Amino acid sequence: MAGIAEKVASLSNEEILRYSRHLIMPEVGMEGQLKLKQARVLCIGAGGLGSPLSLYLAAAGVGTLGIVDFDVVDFTNLQRQVIHGTSDVGRKKLDSAADTLHEINPNIEIRKFETRLSSANALELFRDFDIIVDGTDNFPTRYLVNDACVLTGKPNVYGSIFRFEGQASVFATKEGPCYRCLYPEPPPPGLVPSCAEGGVLGILPGLVGVIQATETIKLILGSGEPLIGRLLLMDALAMRFRELKLRKNPDCPVCGTHPTVTELIDYNQFCGIRGEEAAAPTSMTDISVEELKKRLDRGDDLFVLDVRDPHEYQICNLGGYLIPLNDLPKRVSELDSSREIVVHCKMGGRSAKAADFLRQSGFSKVLNLAGGITAWAERVDPKVPKY
Amino acid sequence: MKILVPTPLRQYAGKQAAVEVQASTVGEALNRLTSTYPDLRKHLYGEDGELRAFVNVYVNDDDIRYLQKKETAVKDNDTLSIVPSIAGGGR
Repeated sequence: MAGIAEKVASLSNEEILRYSRHLIMPEVGMEGQLKLKQARVLCIGAGGLGSPLSLYLAAAGVGTLGIVDFDVVDFTNLQRQVIHGTSDVGRKKLDSAADTLHEINPNIEIRKFETRLSSANALELFRDFDIIVDGTDNFPTRYLVNDACVLTGKPNVYGSIFRFEGQASVFATKEGPCYRCLYPEPPPPGLVPSCAEGGVLGILPGLVGVIQATETIKLILGSGEPLIGRLLLMDALAMRFRELKLRKNPDCPVCGTHPTVTELIDYNQFCGIRGEEAAAPTSMTDISVEELKKRLDRGDDLFVLDVRDPHEYQICNLGGYLIPLNDLPKRVSELDSSREIVVHCKMGGRSAKAADFLRQSGFSKVLNLAGGITAWAERVDPKVPKY
Repeated sequence: MKILVPTPLRQYAGKQAAVEVQASTVGEALNRLTSTYPDLRKHLYGEDGELRAFVNVYVNDDDIRYLQKKETAVKDNDTLSIVPSIAGGGR
């Protein structure tokens, strides 16, 4: 009756030594360690959350670790993405992560998927894994990961962060709720700032990612009380952990009793995102950084309005007049509507809102600087630091 | 009762993490909160006047969607948590 798996999964003497602190603990033991070795875990993203969680999963001896990522390491990652080092800047995150993980534990198999997770590839990618760990950074991918987990019957170990606050849970188990039971719909684009706009305390993804790793290990071992049906909230500033009850929604469109989502959908559309429209000017009311430079150089009368926060202005500025976006409604009288105003922020998101507000308030000559001061630093003046 | 304001919404609530209000239902508590901090309103309610689908409200650890929603009765020692969805984590 001895299955093939039992024959394949055994530990070498080196592994027995390596995992000795697991093996001497009855909650793991040889049986648990072999379960870990046979387990196949797919990490979506090798960034803030993916870094700490994959480090610990590799060290713990999870036998097959898949990583999906298409990004390249840059300097702004190093404050929290501890799987990558300074000499990795410019390398693919996948390669950098795989090197670090192999160095920690050469006994495990790392499977690299250099691709953006999509409705076209998610089901096939998930097929060869037992557990999916969501370390992504945007709403469309989070809904995609959730739906693909429900459709393939794989648990979704979820973690999410903002500034100094984190959330974690285990979704899409047979008996438990899924991400859509918690949040049926995403916020409209632009309402919730991303980490690039809102910032994040560097240790926070470490805290949340390690919780995700813990939950993954528990699911593999089949022990303890997993975070199923519970949402863990962490506030690193107050250092307070809270727990909320989650219920499986019988009317959930994907995991409910009469699901309406039975295959993967267009998640960008679901999240109200209209395709690629990043730094390039998108309308008549945008101005590119090159155009702004040209017009300033030729002495046009332009009023540059900076709607970032004061602490960002201290990092770098274009000498613009500073009114943070949130203060704009009550300080709008400081602006002269007869002058042409160029509004900018870090990347162009907040300034677009500010420009809309000004137009609605009767300002007719308002231009939004596409790509913000970041685009200026990249394409006009490299002396301006990027942050 | 105490209303806990999450990080992303604190900028619209005078930068406070918690606000004390007097109320007998969840709806009343949120109305008190949004009349003190009107900027919060559009982040909590959609144009239809209903709570937005990406903002959950809990009385202690229970989701009001599974209680009596905005009519859920609250006592002075209850804690109301506003928990919006956040997506950060990767890049």
